[in-house]
Amino acid sequence: MEKMIYLDNNATTPIDPRVLEAMLPYFRDKFGNAASIHHKFGWDAADAVKQARQQVANVIGAAPEEIIFTSGATESDNLALKGIASMYADKGRHIITCKTEHKAILDVCKWLETKGYEITYLPVDKYGIVDIDLLAESIRKDTILVSIMAANNETGTIAPIETIGAICKAKGAFFHTDATQAFGKIPLDVEKMGIDLLSLSAHKIYGPKGVGALYVRRKNPQVRCEPIIHGGGHERGIRSGTLNVPGIVGLGQAADIAVREMANESQRLQKLRDKLYNELSDRLEGVTLNGHPNQRLANTANISFAWVEGEALMLGINEIAVSSGSACTSASLEPSHVLRAMGVLDVLAHNSIRFSLGRFNTEQEIDYTIKRVVEEVNRLRELSPLYEMAKQGKELRIAD
Amino acid sequence: MRYNEKVLEHYRNPKNVGSFDEQAENVGTGIVGAPECGDVMKLQIQVNENNHIVDARFKAYGCGSAIASSSLATEWIKGKTLDEAKQIKNTDIASELALPPVKMHCSVLAENAIKKAIEDLQRKKAKDNNK
Ligand SMILES: Cc1ncc(COP(=O)(O)O)c(C=O)c1O
Repeated sequence: MEKMIYLDNNATTPIDPRVLEAMLPYFRDKFGNAASIHHKFGWDAADAVKQARQQVANVIGAAPEEIIFTSGATESDNLALKGIASMYADKGRHIITCKTEHKAILDVCKWLETKGYEITYLPVDKYGIVDIDLLAESIRKDTILVSIMAANNETGTIAPIETIGAICKAKGAFFHTDATQAFGKIPLDVEKMGIDLLSLSAHKIYGPKGVGALYVRRKNPQVRCEPIIHGGGHERGIRSGTLNVPGIVGLGQAADIAVREMANESQRLQKLRDKLYNELSDRLEGVTLNGHPNQRLANTANISFAWVEGEALMLGINEIAVSSGSACTSASLEPSHVLRAMGVLDVLAHNSIRFSLGRFNTEQEIDYTIKRVVEEVNRLRELSPLYEMAKQGKELRIAD
Repeated sequence: MRYNEKVLEHYRNPKNVGSFDEQAENVGTGIVGAPECGDVMKLQIQVNENNHIVDARFKAYGCGSAIASSSLATEWIKGKTLDEAKQIKNTDIASELALPPVKMHCSVLAENAIKKAIEDLQRKKAKDNNK
């Protein structure tokens, strides 16, 4: 097979041709600045942004005025956490999050700790679901924000968002969710789920890179967010800077397609994903799933292959793009913080491969992937001293 | 991780994969690394009566560089005396395979595996002499 197979859609997605089509005019003849209020170039740009804002709002049951366009989910997460932290510092300096969050949350929290904020990092169970009782107990008078991701990028595990929203509401803390992986893939409703702030990104849903949004609730209750970027007062003063009109149009279009095709597409993806996992576990021993068996994004399967290191396996199947929770390349040699938090043994975390399927994957590609993974796992097991010892019933004893 | 051709060649066609009988008196076995850290290497040497390494085997659990480092190590030690084999440095392995800094530990493991295999053999021989 000459063509590469792309099964790393949680990292990023290719742009949908329909999205690209919608964007192109806004690079060329409709290149205006959406803030130019005195001519048609500006009006066309502003109209396009308005439509995109509505399209994004529709996906999560928000009002268009509640959508703040950003440069992506990393910025949205920064804006949510830093913006709330500084706006509500008088009320309190305690924030709750969880150990399996993306670095775009965890690194901001670490930074906030250096600024005098106290962060609680909640544990998760073996499926990656946050401890709800502990969450409720952890909310204090001075807790200003709870930030829990909607779906995890490594495992696809979906959080009980509605329950968390209700707890936060009852206890009087704002609820932010990093929905970068969930947006456009599972139904989200900020009213029903009690979400006060929500981060999203275009490039995970077949839109362009470098554009995203933050939903900020405007009523019941109104949430106020201090800007982190100043200069001109765009986006209701919360996020200054000339709007990335083509990008925003792309985000709107991508969101619109995702929500319209969600039901059929998630069924299709789940069938392919389950075929992948089921056939691999039928044809190979020592195959385990990392993540929740069913409370999980339809496209994601994070799988450990016992006795075979993940990076070696990726190299063996390098015509297929996937990612690994192994950390053979990181200086610390520590595997994925997400799998660790779930209590997956380091030994198995090193053996993990994340397959994340997408809109343009075919059944043929999945069949080919199954065949190649089986071949390569078997080959690497023949090379593996751990496999040999397991077969001989021997314990690994290493002299020091 | 982008690998260079030398690593890829060893990864795709590793040399001297397999196992000798650990109990054999002319075999030395070195096992190094830890599964928790993502690398385990087993390297074995087989010597003749003059303590020349006549053959070697390895098995490796780890990334492509770990596999390549141990494959290369077995190639290099074949035909050497124990003293010569002891001289092999991890930096030699790393430069031959052009390993990037994050993969240096793979070459360290390979050097240690050689040393452990030699020690194991010498321990066995010493025991024999005491009989
Ligand atoms: C859960 C999660 N949050 C945040 C991000 C960052 O998004 P962006 O690339 O748009 O900055 C990602 C993607 O890498 C993600 O998966």
